[in-house]
Amino acid sequence: MPVEILREKFTGKVQEVVLGATKEEGGTRAYTVKLGGSSTLPFLQFEGEVPNRPAIALEIWDIKPDWHECFVPYYGDVWEDPVAWAKKAEEYGADIIYLRLRGADPELENSRSADECAKIVKAVLENTGAPLIVEGPGFPDKDNEVLQAVGEAAAGENIALGVAEKDNYRSIAAACMMNKHCIIARSPLDINILKQLNLMITEMGVPVEKVINDPLTGGLGYGIEYAYSIMERARWGALIGDKMMSLPLICLAGPEAWRAKEANAPNEEAGRGWGDQKVRGIMWEAMTAAALVQAGGDLILMRHPEAAKIVKKHIEDLMLPNAY
Amino acid sequence: MGFIMIGERINGMFKDIGEAVAKFDPKPIQHWAIKQTEAGAHYLDVNVGPTAEDRVKSMRWMVEVIQEVCDTPLCLDSTNYDAIEAGLEVCKKPAIINSCPAERPKIERVFPMAKKYGASIIALTMDKSGIPKSADMRVQFAMELVAAADEFGLSPEDLFIDPLILPCNVAQDHAPEVLEALRQIKQLSDPPPRTTLGLSNVSQNTLDRPLINRTYCVMAITCGLDSAIMDVNDDALVDAIATADMLLNRAIYCDSYAKVFRQR
Repeated sequence: MPVEILREKFTGKVQEVVLGATKEEGGTRAYTVKLGGSSTLPFLQFEGEVPNRPAIALEIWDIKPDWHECFVPYYGDVWEDPVAWAKKAEEYGADIIYLRLRGADPELENSRSADECAKIVKAVLENTGAPLIVEGPGFPDKDNEVLQAVGEAAAGENIALGVAEKDNYRSIAAACMMNKHCIIARSPLDINILKQLNLMITEMGVPVEKVINDPLTGGLGYGIEYAYSIMERARWGALIGDKMMSLPLICLAGPEAWRAKEANAPNEEAGRGWGDQKVRGIMWEAMTAAALVQAGGDLILMRHPEAAKIVKKHIEDLMLPNAY
Repeated sequence: MGFIMIGERINGMFKDIGEAVAKFDPKPIQHWAIKQTEAGAHYLDVNVGPTAEDRVKSMRWMVEVIQEVCDTPLCLDSTNYDAIEAGLEVCKKPAIINSCPAERPKIERVFPMAKKYGASIIALTMDKSGIPKSADMRVQFAMELVAAADEFGLSPEDLFIDPLILPCNVAQDHAPEVLEALRQIKQLSDPPPRTTLGLSNVSQNTLDRPLINRTYCVMAITCGLDSAIMDVNDDALVDAIATADMLLNRAIYCDSYAKVFRQR
């Protein structure tokens, strides 16, 4: 008697979201990136389709970042210049460039204006081919102002603007709607708020195929289990047909991993068996990302180019069909 | 999986539908197809009614006129299996066959038909001698139906076992038996069969029908009820189902969960 493989039957799937627009689509990007689309739990190709591999975004800032010195050999010569930095990120294999407009922080001495930010975004778009995500400085009023200007400057490019939160989503949603961009909707490790936020954003008129969810993630050793279980529950919701839970997930693996002392501690302060910081930091980020990919992350934000390279290879291996 | 609502209103037993079927007037049928779909129905029950002259012709016609105005999947309801087959032939989406009792000749007619058209079956826990009172007998019929599904190459999930609820004002003692039957039916196989009820039946000729329907529905959901043929335009009933779904952790809570339930 032949053995019958038991398969889950799902009725739903993860919504597909496209980032970027090529010339034919009214933009200038060299290619577009499709996120989501899975009709099964992560990488269980024998139960359903996994049409798009998880994408890798590399993080860049518009000002010199306060990152660990181990980033200097990779970005030290370009991080005063966002355009050169974006090009470098492309060289390191980023599918998507994730630009954080930290320079617009109103508490900084020479806080950038919305216009200046728009110019930077425009210049990055003119000099690169990858789809773009732009995150505001993280202050509601300034975010609204900056993202409005950025949205206009990038009209036609189908970038993603972020981050929209429960109490501050209206003007960002409006900026996205007006210029047909995608929106990053963030909820603080809370699946109920995640769902409610999606509902409110789509009710404003943002099409569901333009929304990406940031469920917020912890770093390895710092609450990643909690993030993992929320992502798992969200995917399960999507697969049993809950449309408001079916949006692709972005995970901030890089920033989270590099908040951990294990990633940063110099060798002399390291615990027993921690090993060399250079290897340790990269592995800390790569392992964080790997866990988030397994949990159902569709777009992984990475910081260290070497870690990104490892994770990309890991994803390729996971994408090999295991249908039987 | 969330609760499946099957809209009961397109049934020749209702006066407006009965007349529409007799005159081949699509309007009342299409009106209810849209109204129930808007209320969140996942399936629409289609019953030509007892007075239709040519049930085969009427069923095919009803399926066609409904599909002109909405793409909600259908639940074809008739004791005449030629009429059901005629409906299945023109259904654009996988349908539910309503219904098949635990009687061998009927199983042999219905189950292969379900396989051929990719349909599910509402299977009744009764045979020629009628509806049993005890939960045990209901479960025994359910067991026969699950075994038959396996025999004809259907999954238990293709079955909606209906343990048959009777009006509480004439058969009050059946209500708890049906609840117990629902509990046990869910343990018959892995994956388990699905369950359904003709919900409105519980309150036939009672004074406060919506309250009895709503209360019994929530009680039954807790015992394993997956779907019901019901009044989907009763908002309080639908809200109670959405809440039960949420409290059983089948649907993720959000402030607008009742609204989300209807959008699904």
